[in-house]
Amino acid sequence: MKKLLILGGGTAGTIIANKLHEALDQSKWHITIVDKSETHYYQPGFLFIPFGIYTSKDVMKPKRDFYPRGVEVVIAEIDKIDAGNNRVLLKNNQILSYDYLIIATGTHIHPEETEGLIDGNWHKDKFDFYTLEGACALQNFFKSWEGGKLVLNIVEMPIKCPVAPLEFLFLADAYFTNMGIRDKVDIHFVTPLPGAFTKPIASGILGDILEKKNIRLTTEFGIARVDNEKKVIVSWDEQEIPYDVLVTIPTNKGDSAIERSGMGNEFNYVATDKDTLRSKNFPNIFVIGDTTDLTSSKAGSVAHFEAEILYDNFLNAVEERPMRAKFDGHANCFIESGFGKGLLIDFNFDVEPLPGKYPLPGIGPFSLLQETKMNHYGKVMFRWMYWNLLLRGQELPVTSNMTMAGKRY
Amino acid sequence: MAAREILGKMLEFDTDNHLKNRDDWNEQVAIELAKEEGILELTDRHWLVINFMRKEYMEKGNAPSIRKLTKESGVETKELYSLFPKGPAKKAAKVAGLPKPTGCI
Ligand SMILES: Cc1cc2nc3c(=O)[nH]c(=O)nc-3n(C[C@H](O)[C@H](O)[C@H](O)COP(=O)(O)OP(=O)(O)OC[C@H]3O[C@@H](n4cnc5c(N)ncnc54)[C@H](O)[C@@H]3O)c2cc1C
Repeated sequence: MKKLLILGGGTAGTIIANKLHEALDQSKWHITIVDKSETHYYQPGFLFIPFGIYTSKDVMKPKRDFYPRGVEVVIAEIDKIDAGNNRVLLKNNQILSYDYLIIATGTHIHPEETEGLIDGNWHKDKFDFYTLEGACALQNFFKSWEGGKLVLNIVEMPIKCPVAPLEFLFLADAYFTNMGIRDKVDIHFVTPLPGAFTKPIASGILGDILEKKNIRLTTEFGIARVDNEKKVIVSWDEQEIPYDVLVTIPTNKGDSAIERSGMGNEFNYVATDKDTLRSKNFPNIFVIGDTTDLTSSKAGSVAHFEAEILYDNFLNAVEERPMRAKFDGHANCFIESGFGKGLLIDFNFDVEPLPGKYPLPGIGPFSLLQETKMNHYGKVMFRWMYWNLLLRGQELPVTSNMTMAGKRY
Repeated sequence: MAAREILGKMLEFDTDNHLKNRDDWNEQVAIELAKEEGILELTDRHWLVINFMRKEYMEKGNAPSIRKLTKESGVETKELYSLFPKGPAKKAAKVAGLPKPTGCI
């Protein structure tokens, strides 16, 4: 029996387990998934919780419901990968050996990296919404908040789902408008980037939407610390921005097991070949999802596109055939913009988000980089697609490599 | 692709306004590029960062992030921001004649 070990049963680990389980001969392969948690969180849903659109029930399901039948599931924390000896050490002292390894341990927030961010007021006047606890605490806070200065700050790039902060701002604008207190809320977006988003065309369009919604923008702000007495965030060059409530996207880092294994970069991301998705250092290790060191977006849609590529390359690699599939960095994100509308962006390593129609050129039904009701329905439908198609490794009605058809440039 | 004159030579720049050809770079060009960024004098500390960036780029094919700079160049984040105000990683890459760091989007 050959052993395939998958580390992390989140979005990427679950998708690839389903695809490979279906394809590999079960009399020859034993598949094991390791994850410390038994609950699958639909992270894109965290965004909606602060505004009371979703509750925690909407974003949680048992992981087991999505793993393929017949794989071994180990619930334990990974201590480290001993790649030289083809084995993985768990915190419970168990040792798992493998022939092939797939790393899918994702990325998580680290507010402790910023001085003063977590003190007595963490989740009282300073919140994150990248965890379920943070999003729920913020929902409670907003219910009785009467207005003031709302600052949304990105600590440093890269972060997962880089459009989520913008969506948060748009939804906050709509939420406080509906509550009848928008005039009492000063919404301020403070980012280390030179604009609203990284890529010029999308940055311009999204920046205009911020302006239209009366959301202030401060760019190139590198946060050094939070001064809790004065209630200001302070940059490395000593600029101060006051807040009444601070919503932070803290530093994102790969799991500490990657660091302990000596396999990570400065953010604990694993060195990955951008074409094949194989580890740059070990031929029997593949990497997928947020934990790669690739410059593609860290998003569930990207994990899905990567899974198609990894699947193809894995099946060839185990038969010692050349790997042919090439990942192009394809990402595809709905951007909720409030009041029942949304935008959509579609891009890859080389092509920035452009306007146009998607997925059918000229027809859509979705419009790229344009606020429409249909895009909002796309975002709403995404949750259904996520649980029912995406995680199960089923085909989605879009191509895995990006296409220029339908884009205007 | 825009070309501009620096020290009497026409040099090509990419769409981010970073130097296009690595061979066009030298220390004199760096001094001129720094001036364009409002950095009037390049001190030893600036050069330490610039040389670290160039070494990283030559080895890895990518200019390092601020976090990597802090971790490995021996220059603290605070000082990086005072040497290369606003976006240290981007600004230092520009002066070092390297493309914009490909941070994730
Ligand atoms: C607020 C928010 C909004 C988002 N919106 C969108 C969106 O609209 N569209 C989109 O496509 N994506 C979105 N995303 C991003 C998306 O959720 C992630 O990119 C995706 O989940 C990545 O999958 P992954 O498998 O790499 O990581 P995860 O799904 O995070 O899985 C990692 C798994 O590894 C396990 N693990 C890690 N370390 C260990 C260890 N040491 N031992 C044992 N187990 C371990 C964890 O328990 C976890 O189950 C959003 C994310 C957030 C936070």
